[in-house]
Amino acid sequence: MRNAVTRWSAALTLVAALAGMPAEALARTDIHFWHAMTGQLGDAVETLVKQFNESQPDYEVKPLRKGTYAEALTSAIAAYRQKNPPHLVQVFDVGTQTMLLSGAVYPVFDLMRDQEVRIDWNDFIKPVTGYYMKDGKLYSMPFNSSTPILYYNKDAFKKAGLDPEKPPRTWKDVEATARKIIAAGEAKCGFSTGWPSWTMVENMHAWHDQPFATKRNGFDAVDGVELLINREFGVKHVGALAAWQKDNVYSYGGRQGTADPKFVNGDCAMYIQSSALIGGFTRSVKFDWGTAELPHWGAPYGRATSIIGGATLWVMKGKPAAEYKGVAQFLKYLAEPNQQMWWHVNTGYLAISTTAVKNLEQGYHFVRNPRQYTAFAQLTGLPPTLPVAMAGKKPAPVKPERTATVNSQGLRLGNFVQIRDVIEGELENVFAGKKTAQQGLDAAVAKSNALLKEFAAVNKP
Amino acid sequence: MKRTVFRSRWLPYALVLPQLLVTLVFFFWPAGKSVYLSLFKSPPFGGRDVFVGAENFVQLLTTPEYYDSVINSFVFAVGVTALSVAAGLVVATLANQKVRGLVLYRTALLWPYGIAPAVAGIIFLFIFHPAYGVLPYFLSMVTSYEFNWLLKGWIAMCLVIVATAWTQLGYNIAFFLAGLQGIPDSVMEAASVDGAGPLRKFASIVVPLLSPVTFYLVVVNMVFAFFGAFGVIHAVTQGGPGGATEIMVFKLWKDGFIGLNLGSSAAQSVILMAVVIGLTMLQFRFAEKKVTY
Repeated sequence: MRNAVTRWSAALTLVAALAGMPAEALARTDIHFWHAMTGQLGDAVETLVKQFNESQPDYEVKPLRKGTYAEALTSAIAAYRQKNPPHLVQVFDVGTQTMLLSGAVYPVFDLMRDQEVRIDWNDFIKPVTGYYMKDGKLYSMPFNSSTPILYYNKDAFKKAGLDPEKPPRTWKDVEATARKIIAAGEAKCGFSTGWPSWTMVENMHAWHDQPFATKRNGFDAVDGVELLINREFGVKHVGALAAWQKDNVYSYGGRQGTADPKFVNGDCAMYIQSSALIGGFTRSVKFDWGTAELPHWGAPYGRATSIIGGATLWVMKGKPAAEYKGVAQFLKYLAEPNQQMWWHVNTGYLAISTTAVKNLEQGYHFVRNPRQYTAFAQLTGLPPTLPVAMAGKKPAPVKPERTATVNSQGLRLGNFVQIRDVIEGELENVFAGKKTAQQGLDAAVAKSNALLKEFAAVNKP
Repeated sequence: MKRTVFRSRWLPYALVLPQLLVTLVFFFWPAGKSVYLSLFKSPPFGGRDVFVGAENFVQLLTTPEYYDSVINSFVFAVGVTALSVAAGLVVATLANQKVRGLVLYRTALLWPYGIAPAVAGIIFLFIFHPAYGVLPYFLSMVTSYEFNWLLKGWIAMCLVIVATAWTQLGYNIAFFLAGLQGIPDSVMEAASVDGAGPLRKFASIVVPLLSPVTFYLVVVNMVFAFFGAFGVIHAVTQGGPGGATEIMVFKLWKDGFIGLNLGSSAAQSVILMAVVIGLTMLQFRFAEKKVTY
């Protein structure tokens, strides 16, 4: 009998303990956030999330790294099909059209309105938000945005007798510079590229105000969109790269970031790659280096801003209504100038609100970190070198050198992941000498158009 | 052979049931699901599946790139199988001799098989990568020819064949060693007495007596090259350059999981399944006749 009593009381204590222990945890609602940031970028995400969790008592954001961008998207799709999606998922730029037409997302603009969270959308930098807007509404929250810029090895420039403060501004200059540096024996190759389709085809078209695809680069319709990259400009640029590949003015180094070592090792004197690598290069590059805006072919081509790359946060449908309040608060927190500035300074990704950029200017951030100015200049049309107003001497009005046009607002294509793969495959054929620039780009357009048609047939909006 | 007779009618069925269940759940069910999916076009997030009959197949069979991936698969599979089986036989024969430290050698030779294909791919990447590999650096001192497999398709193909063959080498050696030890000493001694040299003995005795093992390994390596080599391709070339190393299993993964085109991906897996089943049947039908057990 006594035993029984002891046993019962022990059990009761245990139950009480179990009931009492998670009381605090139960009070907080979990917000699941799947992302694809690794290394230092992953740490930065964790830090932001931790700060948010500590800033309020109601919600606990749980970040989970799901591999690469593609894997994060595939996981989110599988989870959605199982009726258990995360609240937030980070999706790369090329997945935008798929997400927009999925019927599985809760547009950020609607979320904020429903939850009565006030965000000043006009404060966001247009080239960044424009990429993710539809009918004037923002569908996903820009998170990590960057744009391609030119990196160059100042030491190699100096040793080859070139002015290290005068990076090449035209493609003719790039060629001449490359030949001088190679002749002087200061580098094996002139320049290389990361993300070949993004930097050399997508951005080059925008930068020269050339259309990439019909229907305003796909923003106007899903049906009947076709690529335009096999026209005079595209053929000229890719043809030049292929010719330069033969004598190492250009040295192809593979897709994504596999060519990074070519610049870091000092093999290539110049490198066109995402501005998000500034942070990584600051730590890993041993020589003196600078950044410059993308080279241009000059007249007769126009001038427009470059386009962004990176990823945004999408809110998934299918969660209990009450939990979306926490999602809205978290997104608002990320958009605040302080977090934007912290994110930019620590990762090299762009700050996306005008207020944050102004604060950075006033704190002489760009004077102290001129390398980080290039990307902002390219996206907003400011002059490539730091204007006097920004150096804090006297307030001179800054006149934009170029403006965003329909050709530079971004690309909205279905099956874009495969289209990039097709373009990069054909670039490889051209650089290997298997096809001429015209043949390669014609093939890329034909294959991409078939993919676009297929996408339109399956995803009727 | 001895025939076992069960007293209970149900016992034999109960005994094979677990194995049947595993096969059903892990092979027949997914395979059936693939066949089903291959008849539909569906948007990535689901919800609006449209029955299209054989359209996914028709589309594949009318695009030239798909045939490229089929040809790549055969080149790759034949290359991997020939290289890993031939090298396995040679190494096993050498390791079958009586040398000091034999156990150590044999253990070391089996190691590569313990390495996952993806890891093997990464190892090869670090050795051969044109931008940061060790080997191109040394080669550039010897020759001005650029072994740039980021642009040269045939070099990329050779690279993934060698990498995959290397991962299979240990497995093949293990089987050949076992086979070699099963060859009676008396036969070899008789041949020696008749005046046969090592090469003659190898060609006239070892190769025929090993034929069951060789046949088994050819089938297994072939199937591995068609399915299991995915990890190597994914880690090293990603199917590039310009699709030169895009074998069928990689293309179906890419179209399905990166491109989110589930219908086409399912159709490709059905075709791949048919090709491999057909190939294995052919091997059993024709090659097995030459095997002496």
